[in-house]
Amino acid sequence: MSSERMDLSRNGNDVGTLGDRVARYAFFSCAFVTVLTTIAIILVLINGAVGFFRQATLVELLGDAVSAGSVDGAADAIGEGLAAQVTVTEFLFGTDWSPLIEPTSYGVLPLVWGTLVVTVGSALIAVPVGTLTAIYLSEYADERVRRTLKPILEILAGIPTIVYGFFALSFITPIIQFFFPQTGTFNATSAAIVVGIMIIPMISSLSEDAMSAVPDSLRNAAYGLGATKLEVSTQVVLPASLSGILAAYVLGLSRAIGETMAVALAMGMLPQITTNPLEEMQTMTAYMVQVGISDVSIGSIQYQSLFAVGLTLFAMTFAMNVLSMWVRSRYREEYQ
Amino acid sequence: MSTDTDGEFDFGGSAIERKRLYGKVFLGLCVSAAMVGIVALIALLADVIYESWGWLTWEFLTYPPSQVADHFVPENYGDLDTGPAGMYPAIVGSIYLIVLTAIFTLFLGVGAAIYLEEYAPDTRLTRFIEANITNLAGVPSIVYGLLGLAMFVRALQTGASLIAGALTLTLLILPIVIVSSQESLRAVPDSMRQASYGTGATKWQTIRNVVLPEAVPGIMTGIILSLSRAIGETAPILMVGAAVSMFTPPDLTSPTGAFSAMPMMIFEWASQPDAAFQHIAAAGIVVLLTILLLMNAAAVLIRNKYDRRA
Amino acid sequence: MSDETSDRRTGLRSTLASVGSERGRFAIGNLLSTNTETTGMTANSGSEAAETTAAERTTDVGADSGAEMSAADRPLGSPQVDNAIIESRDLDVFYGDTQALQGINMDIPEKQVTALIGPSGCGKSTFLRSINRMNDLIDVARVEGELHFHGKNIYDEDVDPVALRRKIGMVFQKPNPFPKSIFDNVAYGLRVQGKDDDIEEQVYTALERAALLDEVEDQLDESGLDLSGGQQQRLCIARAIATDPEVILMDEPASALDPVATSKIEDLVEELAQEYTVAIVTHNMQQAARISDKTAVFLTGGNLVEFDDTNRIFENPESDRVEDYITGKFG
Repeated sequence: MSSERMDLSRNGNDVGTLGDRVARYAFFSCAFVTVLTTIAIILVLINGAVGFFRQATLVELLGDAVSAGSVDGAADAIGEGLAAQVTVTEFLFGTDWSPLIEPTSYGVLPLVWGTLVVTVGSALIAVPVGTLTAIYLSEYADERVRRTLKPILEILAGIPTIVYGFFALSFITPIIQFFFPQTGTFNATSAAIVVGIMIIPMISSLSEDAMSAVPDSLRNAAYGLGATKLEVSTQVVLPASLSGILAAYVLGLSRAIGETMAVALAMGMLPQITTNPLEEMQTMTAYMVQVGISDVSIGSIQYQSLFAVGLTLFAMTFAMNVLSMWVRSRYREEYQ
Repeated sequence: MSTDTDGEFDFGGSAIERKRLYGKVFLGLCVSAAMVGIVALIALLADVIYESWGWLTWEFLTYPPSQVADHFVPENYGDLDTGPAGMYPAIVGSIYLIVLTAIFTLFLGVGAAIYLEEYAPDTRLTRFIEANITNLAGVPSIVYGLLGLAMFVRALQTGASLIAGALTLTLLILPIVIVSSQESLRAVPDSMRQASYGTGATKWQTIRNVVLPEAVPGIMTGIILSLSRAIGETAPILMVGAAVSMFTPPDLTSPTGAFSAMPMMIFEWASQPDAAFQHIAAAGIVVLLTILLLMNAAAVLIRNKYDRRA
Repeated sequence: MSDETSDRRTGLRSTLASVGSERGRFAIGNLLSTNTETTGMTANSGSEAAETTAAERTTDVGADSGAEMSAADRPLGSPQVDNAIIESRDLDVFYGDTQALQGINMDIPEKQVTALIGPSGCGKSTFLRSINRMNDLIDVARVEGELHFHGKNIYDEDVDPVALRRKIGMVFQKPNPFPKSIFDNVAYGLRVQGKDDDIEEQVYTALERAALLDEVEDQLDESGLDLSGGQQQRLCIARAIATDPEVILMDEPASALDPVATSKIEDLVEELAQEYTVAIVTHNMQQAARISDKTAVFLTGGNLVEFDDTNRIFENPESDRVEDYITGKFG
């Protein structure tokens, strides 16, 4: 008779599951820290930015309202706090950024312009160089070359950005000055060049991944029709991996937008809108560094401007990251 | 144009010749593009070494900094009442910073990776967490600096301290550590897990006794590489308020004290108008790059030593 | 007919009663299934009723089985045995939208070797993995129906798969020793189960039983991965029996091995059946014929077609399809 009931329960068999359950929750908490980080970033930036546009941050407004006790007092406190300090319009469309020198002015466009110049300039270098490097690695180079070249690009990607800034000042700028003697110590071109060099590895390695994912059958089909290697590379592989390559570009540019130390050192601290790339300009990130190293008192409008600029920067990079994810997810569909 | 065939078929022809030429030109372009990276790296290293030549001494590693460039000049060491100048406090600060960051990341990063690879069900929350990690990896480091400034330095009252710097750097490299640890966990063959479950092991026993030991080399490699990125980061610790010049090394027993770090020191020197400081900055960069090189070498060694499956 | 309706009504009632405690998908499965029987009820209310029904339906089978078998999905042959340790009743397994097993009804006799054969993709491995709930590890896998171990449905809510696997061990298709020493491989199960008194003795006993001790006695500290394929598989068997389970499931344990190593494993399997219940999946029909007492033949689509004594399956199967398969005309 084998039908005696068997005890297969947790407790009856001394299956130590307490550790298991604790482990599960502990690990989940670790993973959830990343979500909290994102929430914290957004809250911190918005809170500071509200303080920049109003006279007090959200936290302070709430605190005042609570401490004011009476309804009238609370209303007064909030009303006072909500009196506009810098209007959003002035911030977003103003063309004069002069937060530290009287008369102060908070138009963010010069900073955005500086960021734009560096981003476009670095893209002019990194996009062609990175793409061609990727084509070389994926289509032409043999295993031995690949094994040498890829670690070199990895090293390039691992060098701290502050070192690139130094390199721009002590090597690139003197070369530019040799050809264009009117160039100042701080100039946009030098910064754009080093940022370009910096993002070459990112663009080339992500693009190469995309090109390697193109099935060989596609290449063979083209060769079978009498195509040359050039035609296969540019007319078959490139279009087939286009979305992966575009995603790489977008990520590279997003990195250029957020790049800080190299531009802070090489491009200078003068916010201005100029079409001459040999002049000194200031990016959003460089401004943040400028405030970071100066003795700005906490709670002042200069301090709060950090968060308004930071929010602008975050919004731009966030949009590009999402765009890149979207482009890449489309490319995944192509091969599955 | 077609000369090398004498049969009925013409395998040459001007069109083909032209195509061959284009092909060669294109290959030339590709090779030159690939050379850009190599040339840039060589130029960068040569520039830094050239600029630092003669300035990097033992004293530079073991003495506190000075506001006066002359104090860094090796020929002057003997004449100085104050003694030679160097970047000792910043080196110590950076090492402490990295040790603390390593401890925090080890737990958070590996824990998160274990959750995502071994536990997480395929739900919308899981997919959201993963997408969020991808996005966090693309947030500029200076934004993490703002987070550290507002959250740790101000809200949690840590002040511009070692602990604030380390926590900020932890959050910064966490996405990279998680993703690389996930890859290492994924590389552990499923047959190992099944073997363990088959003998009646619980999930946690399986992870602790089978999965983690297999994945540890890969995880360590990933963490060291991430830490080597953290040690060179300037913007986050700058925003958190790393001191530009500290004359004594930070005290690890009071992690809420002020601190300096190598990249901060280098930034300070590189922004000085005095040309002598360019050389001092270059010397600091050589020290920083050497430490980076050592960390990378350690990572590669670990990877090669334990890579049985290769 | 009236019997069947009343059966169905009780089935419905038991389903409704279980809605509160069980997950919805099981309840819905029971409602949808046309041949739902009161298996849970009979198990609860003793076996008298079940015995009579079973006796009515199967004349050649003894009357002391724990759970009755529905007529619809009953395979040919004699799927119920006297000394069953495992009884599968209307077991369905789904991987996402595809159904991998369809209403499996069969018993596995105690301390005998039961072979599961059939062409690839027929569900034999899926069935094996549902016996110790290894399918739980696959996110999309879903099980309906019941599988009794010593009369207890292992898919009941109160069953912990870990506790179950401590009684039903498993050996896999490819040898999968841990990258640890030979000793630690065998000791692994003992350690995770907290049976670590006299660990050395238990490890030696297990290696002895797995016919491996003589070959590895001097190298117990060396990595299990340094052994040959056949030795690795015997190490995995030693690992599985070290904790003294009642049942050992083997999923094509010799498919990755050479003929010499295979014959050693086969000898071992027969040896093991003296003390353990063995269920073995194989695609090698000669192997099944050589080593097993009972044979279950699965054919395409996750159907169990015939279950009987191994001699009968190989000499005179009831099903023509099974005969075709055995004689190599199909599969």
